Amino acid sequence: MKRFRQNRDLAAVDGVHFGMGGILTGLCFILLLIVVVIPVVSIIYNAFFYQGHFDPTLFTEQLTDPGNLAAMWNTVKIAFWVTLLGTIVGTFYAWLLGRSDIPAKGLMRALFNIPYMFPPFLGAMAWDLLLNGRSGYLNKFLMSVFHLSSAPVNINSLGGIVFVELSYYFPFVFMQVVSALERMDPTLEECARIAGANQLTVIRKITLPLVVPAISAGALLILITSLAHFGVPSILGFSQGIYTLPTKIYAVISRTGGSFEGIRSGAALSIMLVIVVAVALMIQKKVLSSGSYDIIKGKSMRPTLIKLRGAKLPLLFLCVATLFLIVIVPLVMIFLVSLVKAYGLPLTPENFTLKNYSRIFAASGTIDSIRNSLFVSITAGILCMFMGTLIAYVVQKIRPRGKGVLEILSVLPYSLPGTVLAIGVILAWSGNILGISLYNTIWIILVAYLARYLSFSMKSSSAALLQVHPSLEEAARTCGASHMQSLTDITLPLIRPAMVSGFFLIFLPAMREVTTSILLYGPYTRTLGVQIYSLRDAGMIPQAAALGSVAIVIIIICNTIVTQATKDRKGV
Amino acid sequence: MDQIILKNVTKRFTTKTLGDIVAVDNFNLSVHEGECFSFLGPSGCGKSTTLRMIAGFEDLSEGEIDLCGRPVSVKAENLYVPPEDRGLGMVFQSFAVWPHMNVFENVAFPLRIQKLNRTDIEQRVKEAMAHTNLTGLEKAYPSDLSGGQQQRIALARAIVTRPKVMLLDEPLSNLDPKLRESMRFEIKELQRKFNFTIIFVTHDQSEAMAISDRMMVCDMGKIMQIDTPENLYNRPNSRFVHSFLGESTFLNVIVKDGGVYAEGDLTHPLGIGIPKDADEAMIVATRPNSVELAGADGSGYLTHIEKRIFLTDRTEYLVPVGNQTVKIQTPHRVSFSEGDACSVRFISPMWYPREDDAAEKERQRRLLI
Amino acid sequence: MANVVFKDISFRYGSHVILDHFSLEIKSGEILCLVGPSGCGKTTLARCLLGLNRPETGEIYVGDTCIFSASRRINVPVERRNIGIVFQDYAVWPHLTVKENVAYPLKKRRVPKAEIADRVEKALAMVNMTEYTNHLPSQLSGGQQQRVAIARALVGDGDIMVMDEPITNLDAKLREQMLDEIREIQRKSGTTVLYITHDQQSALQLCDRMAIMEPDGSVCQIGTDEDIILRPANRFTFEFIGVSNFIPVKNENGKLALAAKEREFPWDGVLPAEMKMALPSGLSVGVRPNDIVFDPDSPLRVTVRRSVFLGSEYDYFVDFGGMELRIQQNTLDSSKYGVIKEGSETGIRLLNYRFYPAKKEVSS
Repeated sequence: MKRFRQNRDLAAVDGVHFGMGGILTGLCFILLLIVVVIPVVSIIYNAFFYQGHFDPTLFTEQLTDPGNLAAMWNTVKIAFWVTLLGTIVGTFYAWLLGRSDIPAKGLMRALFNIPYMFPPFLGAMAWDLLLNGRSGYLNKFLMSVFHLSSAPVNINSLGGIVFVELSYYFPFVFMQVVSALERMDPTLEECARIAGANQLTVIRKITLPLVVPAISAGALLILITSLAHFGVPSILGFSQGIYTLPTKIYAVISRTGGSFEGIRSGAALSIMLVIVVAVALMIQKKVLSSGSYDIIKGKSMRPTLIKLRGAKLPLLFLCVATLFLIVIVPLVMIFLVSLVKAYGLPLTPENFTLKNYSRIFAASGTIDSIRNSLFVSITAGILCMFMGTLIAYVVQKIRPRGKGVLEILSVLPYSLPGTVLAIGVILAWSGNILGISLYNTIWIILVAYLARYLSFSMKSSSAALLQVHPSLEEAARTCGASHMQSLTDITLPLIRPAMVSGFFLIFLPAMREVTTSILLYGPYTRTLGVQIYSLRDAGMIPQAAALGSVAIVIIIICNTIVTQATKDRKGV
Repeated sequence: MDQIILKNVTKRFTTKTLGDIVAVDNFNLSVHEGECFSFLGPSGCGKSTTLRMIAGFEDLSEGEIDLCGRPVSVKAENLYVPPEDRGLGMVFQSFAVWPHMNVFENVAFPLRIQKLNRTDIEQRVKEAMAHTNLTGLEKAYPSDLSGGQQQRIALARAIVTRPKVMLLDEPLSNLDPKLRESMRFEIKELQRKFNFTIIFVTHDQSEAMAISDRMMVCDMGKIMQIDTPENLYNRPNSRFVHSFLGESTFLNVIVKDGGVYAEGDLTHPLGIGIPKDADEAMIVATRPNSVELAGADGSGYLTHIEKRIFLTDRTEYLVPVGNQTVKIQTPHRVSFSEGDACSVRFISPMWYPREDDAAEKERQRRLLI
Repeated sequence: MANVVFKDISFRYGSHVILDHFSLEIKSGEILCLVGPSGCGKTTLARCLLGLNRPETGEIYVGDTCIFSASRRINVPVERRNIGIVFQDYAVWPHLTVKENVAYPLKKRRVPKAEIADRVEKALAMVNMTEYTNHLPSQLSGGQQQRVAIARALVGDGDIMVMDEPITNLDAKLREQMLDEIREIQRKSGTTVLYITHDQQSALQLCDRMAIMEPDGSVCQIGTDEDIILRPANRFTFEFIGVSNFIPVKNENGKLALAAKEREFPWDGVLPAEMKMALPSGLSVGVRPNDIVFDPDSPLRVTVRRSVFLGSEYDYFVDFGGMELRIQQNTLDSSKYGVIKEGSETGIRLLNYRFYPAKKEVSS
C-alpha cells in the first residue's frame, strides 16, 4: 500500500516524470495491442464472422465434424495421460534426487534436465525409427529374433505418443518439485517424526501435501504444453491417421494449400482448442484451489537425507535405466541414423557414411533454415527482453491504472497454444489490417514468436524488479540523479542478469520451435525445426537425422554459453 | 530421578573446508524429572547438536543417551531408537506448524498417528488448545495467524501427547521482545500443569536465566559450567562464563602488601578481600550493578564521574579506576553529573588469573566470526 | 552548516492524516533524534525533507533556502536538494563497488574527476572503509554496508543528513558500535543529522536533542536526554521511555490514597503544588519498576506472584490490591535485603514518582 503511494508521490514532485511514466505505459499498451490483441481478435472474428456478418455455421460445422471431434478427444486423452504420468514420474524422481541418499545426485539432476532442452519432435523421430510399426529397427530385430509375425510394439499409437511426450515433459514437474523440496524447512518434517509418525507417514502426510503447489504448477505446464503440442503427434500419428487438434489444424490448412478458407477452418478449430485449454485451466484451478503457502524459511538448513538402505541399488538402477531410455537412446539413434547410407539399411559400420551431412550442407535450404532460425530466435529474444522488461517495469514500478490488464495481456499468449497463435498472426497480418501483409516473410514468424515468448521475459524481469527495493532508486535520486538516470544507472544494471536469462529462456526454445513456424513458413523462410520436419516428411530420413544432430549440437553449444554467461553476475 | 542422562556423548563432523570438527566433546550430564534445564552458549557451541542427538535426529560418534531410564542411543551397541519412538515433545525456532493443515489438524496430528478414537482426539485437542489460549482458532490456517499464535500451535501440538520430556529449540527467538517475555511464562505455566521435563536451548542468557532451574553453559563443544542461574551469575567458574552471562567489567589488579590495587594506581587500595591463592597480577571481575556508587564522602575508592549515559531504565556511569574504566549502573534516581567526585565499592567481585587473557581473546575473536 | 525548519507541514495518505500542521526545527550541527512508535509519521517527515513525499501545506527551509513551500509552489526536486540519506536497508547498490557507490553522488553533480577521487578517499577514511575500496557490497557485512551508505551520504558535502533507522538491521553488538561511530563521524563532519528511530535506547545514546512523537504525529517533547529522562513532559513520554507502572490516586482534601482495583491504600506521597488543582479526570502516579522498593513495614501491601532472576536484577510481578505491578530489584539490593519468595506478602515504597492525569484504561 505504502510502496504504491511512494512512487506516485515521486512522480508528482516534478511533473516531467509523470510524463515519462505515461509514455512508457502508453507504449506498453500499443505493443501489446499489436502483438497480442489483434491476432486474438482476428481469430475470434474470422471464426464467427464471414464477410462482415455474424455467421457461426463454419464453427458449428467444424464442431460437429466427427473427425474433428475425434481429434479433440485424442488431444484430451493424450494430455490427460501425459500430465498424470508426468506428474507421478516427475514427483517420484524429484523426491529421490532431492531427499534420499541416492548416489551421484548432481550428475543425475543435470541429466534429468536434458529432455527439457531436447526438441521433442527429434525424440519422436528417434522412437519412430526404433519402434515404427512396420519398419522400426528394434521391431525388426525383435521380429527376427523371436520369429514374430507382427511388430511387438507400435510407437505409432496413442500410447506411443503419450510415452514420447511424457519423456520430454516430466522435467517440468521434476524441476519445480526438486527446488521446492530443497528449500523446504526441514523442521516441518522433523516435527512430524517427533509427533510419532514414521518416515513413510511423514512423506505421505507432510512432505507431499506441502509440495502440492509446486507439483500443480509443473502439472499445469505439462497440461498446456501437451494440449498445444504439434511435433510428436504429427510425427507418430499421421501415418496411422491419429490426429490431435494441433495436427488437425495443420492438416486442414496444408490440405487447402494455405488458402483463406483453410485458414478460416483452422481458426474455427483453434477456438475448439482454446476451449479445451480453458476448460483444463478451470478444472485445474478448481481442483487445486487450496492456495499456496509459505514452506520456505529464511534460514537455510541442509535437509536431512533419508536413508534408502536396501532399496538404494534397485532405485539407482531404475534412475540409470530411465535416463538411458529417455536421454541416451534417442540421441544415439538420431546420430546413428544420420550416418546410414539409406534409410532401412542395418545400422552396421559398413553402411555408415558422412554423405548425409555434406548433402544437407550443400543444400541451400539447410543453411537458410539455420540462418533463419538464428535470426528469428535472436531477434525475438532481444525484442522480448526489452518489451518484457518495459512491461514489467510499468507493472511493478509505475503501477498505472489498468496495470492488471497489461499483466493479463502479456501472459495471455502463454496459455494460448502455439498453433492458435500462428493462425491469429496469419489472419491479422496477411493484408487484412492497414494492408500490411507479412505472409510468407520471416517477419510473420518473428511476430508470432514475440507474442508466444513475451511472457517469459516479462516474468523473469518482473521477479528481478520485485527484488529491487524502492530505496535503491530513491537513494540515487537523493544523490542527484533524475528519474531517468536512476533507471539507467541503478535499476537496469541490477536486473541485467534477469534480462539476459530472459533472453535465453526465449532463444533456446525458439531455436527448436516447430508448432508455430510449421504454419507460418514460406518458401524462403523455413526454420531449422521446419526444415528437419520437411526433410523427414519428404522421406529423406537420414538427412533429417543429420540435421537433427546438427540442431542438438547447436543447442548444446548455446546452453553452455548460457550457463557460463549467467554464472557469477552481480546484481539481483 | 534423572530423566535424561548423557554419558560421554561426543559428536564429530567432517567438513570440506575445516576438516574434522568436534561439535560436542564428551558431554556428561543428567537432567532431573520436572526440571527446566537450559543449554546456553554462543552459536557453534554444540547446544543444538546435543539437542538433536537427544531427539534422535543425529547419531552419536561416541557415548550413550538414556531417556526416562531407557537407553535410546548407544554408540557401542549401535542402538538407535528413531525419533518417533522416543516419546518426546519438541518445539522449533521456526514454529514448524504445517501450513496445509488447520490449527485443529495440526494439534490432532500426533493423536491421529496414535490412532486414538475421534471423541478422545477432540477432547484432548480441545484441552491442549485451551491451555495454550488457542480456543476458537480451530478452523484457522497457520498463515492467517501471528508468530506468537503459531508458536502456541507448536506448543499445543507438543503437549497433546502428554510427553514426559519437552525439547525446546530456541522457541522464542523469532518472536518480538514483549511476546518473548509473556511466552516464557506460558511455557513455565504449562510445565507446572503437565509436569514435564524441559530442555531449553537458547543463545540468550537473560532468557535462559529467567526460565531455568539449572543450566549448562557451553562453548566450542565443551561444557563450561552446570549450575543454577543464580550460582552461574554470581559465581562463574571462568572468565568466559562471567562475560557470557550479563555485562562484565574486568579490572587488571596487582596484589601487594595485603592490598589490592588497580593497575595504574598503586597508592589507593580498592578495599576488597584477597582470595588465598591469589598471584600478584590478577583480574577482578565485577558487574555494573554490583558496584556501589556513593558521594565523595563514601568509604570506597575515591574517583570521579567520567561519563554519564542515560539508558531507558537506568543511568550508566563510567568511572576511572587506576588506568582503567569501570561501568556502573544505577536507577535514575541516583543522580551524579559528569565530573562529580564519587566513591566506588566493589561488592563480592570474582577473581580470575591473568593467563586467561590470551584464551579469552581467542574466544572473543571466534564469537565475532 | 545549516539548520532545518519544518513549518506547518501536513501530509496524508488518502484520507489518513499522517502529519497535521507539524513544525520542528533542527539546529545547525546537531543530531536530532526523532523518536516515536511505528506509524507515527516520522519516516513521512523525513521523506518530505528529502522530497520523496510532497506535503499538502507548509514550508521547509534548509538554512535560508526554502526547498518547499506549498503556498508559493516551491518544490526543489529530490535530486537537487543535496541531502544525504541512510536507509534502514542500506540501499547500497549491489552492482557497484564501494568506490563507485560513494563516487556516484559526485558524478551526478559533475564534480571533476580528480576531485572525486580525493573526496571519495576522504569519505571512506571517515567511515574506516579505505581497505574495502574495490569490494562489492555482497562481500561486505551489514555493518560495513551501512558504513558505505554513510560515506555516500557524507561525500556530497551536503549540510544535512537523514538517517532512517540505520542500525535496526544490525545485531545488538554491532548496533552499539555503530552508534559510537555515527557520533564520531558527525563530530568530525559537523553535519546536521535528523536521526529517525523507534528505539528510545539508541536515541538516548546518540542524540544532542530528542523529539518524542506521539502516535497522532505531534511532537510532545523536545529536549536533551537528561530532560527526557529526568523530566518527562507527559504521560506518553514517561510510558514510551522504559517500563512504567501507573496507579490511580485519590485526593481527598490533601489526603492521598492509592486506589488499586479492589482496595484503597492511604499513602504519604507528596503532591506538587501545581497538581493540587484536582483534574477532572483524576490523577495517576507513575513509577518505574526500579523505583519501587520492598519495605516490610509499609502500609502499601503486595503479594509476590512471580519473581524472575535476570542476572543483573530480579523482576517481580506483584499483586497490589488487584492490580499487577512490576518491581525490579537489582542484585545489590537483593544481596543486602534478600530475595522475596513467590507467594509471600510484604510492603512497598514508591520513590521518584510522578503525577499524571489519569487515562481511561484502554486494553491493548
